[in-house]
Amino acid sequence: MLEILKQPWPWYTSGAVIAFIMVLLLFFGKSFGFSSNLRVICAACGAGKTAKFFDFDWRSQTWNLLFLVGAVAGGYISAEFLAGEEAVQISQATVNDLAQLGISAPDGLQPEEIFSLEALFSLKGFLLLLIGGFLIGFGSRYAGGCTSGHAISGLSNLQLPSLIAVVGFFIGGLLMTHLLLPLIF
Amino acid sequence: MKGIKFILAGILFGIVMSKSEAISWFRIQEMFRFQAFHMYGIIGTAVVLGVIAVALIKKFNLRDYQGNPIVFQPKEKSVPRYLIGGTIFGLGWALTGACPGPLFVNLGHAYWAFLVAVGGAIAGTYFYGLIKDRLPH
Repeated sequence: MLEILKQPWPWYTSGAVIAFIMVLLLFFGKSFGFSSNLRVICAACGAGKTAKFFDFDWRSQTWNLLFLVGAVAGGYISAEFLAGEEAVQISQATVNDLAQLGISAPDGLQPEEIFSLEALFSLKGFLLLLIGGFLIGFGSRYAGGCTSGHAISGLSNLQLPSLIAVVGFFIGGLLMTHLLLPLIF
Repeated sequence: MKGIKFILAGILFGIVMSKSEAISWFRIQEMFRFQAFHMYGIIGTAVVLGVIAVALIKKFNLRDYQGNPIVFQPKEKSVPRYLIGGTIFGLGWALTGACPGPLFVNLGHAYWAFLVAVGGAIAGTYFYGLIKDRLPH
């Protein structure tokens, strides 16, 4: 059993479990949306004093912070007890494209060129992660949700606004991948 | 301890995102280059099953574990906020190879560089809160 769990999980297993988590949270009386945590963290740090967007009862969202803590723990459990031997099996076409950017083929889960501590302690590497994170935080709140809130929860409820947001996610993602990354690397 | 169920749900989320490699920068690049079905399969399966589940919850007026009706808040109608906000989000998603969930799941894998991205995401959220009223929604 453990050997099976250690293999990479196929997409249909993952999709089914994600849908299960969304339904589970509905039965807990909550709604699946991860990026709300970023607003809750701001509010918990006292951002409500300077911007009224953060002036709300963030303690009512403690459940979502607990979900976040669980997500980190889930990552730790995967790395510590369920890790397989293999590098991420991306397609050869992607390996070739990334080679042109100077990113070597997968050796683990993430490219060393971006996420190693050496990369982080270079100005470019640091700014890349900081700006990337900033865009995620700003964009998700502006759009009112991220992949979980819009692409999963919103689309499951057939919400047109969520479809527009997902189209936006892809416009941004395609611009970054095809136009900006070649300029950055 | 009422909160433990949320921690357990989060653990399941962290494991499934890890084991299906959805937290990998490589997989997100592959997705935005349309070079594999993997990520589309994950999101597609989740949405198809999610649509069915939500329809059933509505049809049978199912209630949550405390007996309260499960209500779905419709998203407020607009185009600019979703399109512009979504595009900004997408730029960050493709750059870091992570959306908000995976930003944190990666910390469990001891990819400490993601702490900088998490700091950026909190700063970005705060900045949105500051200038929100001046943006088209």
